[in-house]
Amino acid sequence: MTEAAPNLENLLRAALAPIEPPDDLVHRLESTLTNLTEIAAEELESWELSAMRDPRNWLRPAAAVVVGGTAGTALVVLRARQRAKHHPRAGMAGARDAAERALHDAGQGVRRLLGDR
Amino acid sequence: MSESTKPKAQLDREFAELYRAHVRDVYSYSYYRVGNHHDAEDLTEQTFLQAYRHFERAQRESDGRPLRPWLIRIAHNLAANLYRDRSRKPQAPIDESTPLQALHTTEELVEGRDELARVLEGVTQLPDDRREALIMRFALGMDNREIARALGRSDGATKVLIHRAIRQLEGIVGNPNGGGA
Repeated sequence: MTEAAPNLENLLRAALAPIEPPDDLVHRLESTLTNLTEIAAEELESWELSAMRDPRNWLRPAAAVVVGGTAGTALVVLRARQRAKHHPRAGMAGARDAAERALHDAGQGVRRLLGDR
Repeated sequence: MSESTKPKAQLDREFAELYRAHVRDVYSYSYYRVGNHHDAEDLTEQTFLQAYRHFERAQRESDGRPLRPWLIRIAHNLAANLYRDRSRKPQAPIDESTPLQALHTTEELVEGRDELARVLEGVTQLPDDRREALIMRFALGMDNREIARALGRSDGATKVLIHRAIRQLEGIVGNPNGGGA
């Protein structure tokens, strides 16, 4: 490197400072990722129970139960964060409450999926 | 049968962690690559959606190495597609909102802003691969190995690329009308 390079490197660090993504992008992206995990759950909901009489149809909804159930984890992770962002003053207690509410929502979703079975 | 060894819940948790750790990196890379916030937002969104689809395989193939270069490579490919589709270069110089760091007095601010603007303008004049290497090094703080993985080059070739990029930028900044290769 040349002698001028260290100064130029400092200027580059200042000129190319990291940029925080806008809040609305983060919110939109987290919602999209959360929705992706919900697709499997909707797949299960739309399944006709009458089709279950035929054992040949059991494999597909069983897979959807697995995916839908585990999708709840992603929902908890991302929803808890969204809620914490909406209540920034709540601190740790608020974050814990947000996580518990998200977990409760996810639990209700799973119960709704499995309740009639 | 799938080769998957991890439960989906664990994969989702790990993807959420990856997202949180690197959303700023992907956005910064995208912004400096395309030069405006609108396209940078689209690029960031598409990068994470594509990453989500291929996360399990990427984890398997990464052998425990960090996944940031993989994410940036996705953004790099999507940006290349964006330009190919539109058949154009970045629309305008970097937005006015580019942050200035550690500049305090008004005099320093004015002088510093001019200097940084010259550097940024110089970066936009570099060939794509040199510009990208500098963005990865200075905006994202990636080391040579990470940059090499993101660009699909060897460590040695990457070191040379960055060295030449800085030399060329020195020429451009020092001599705005010329600028050596």
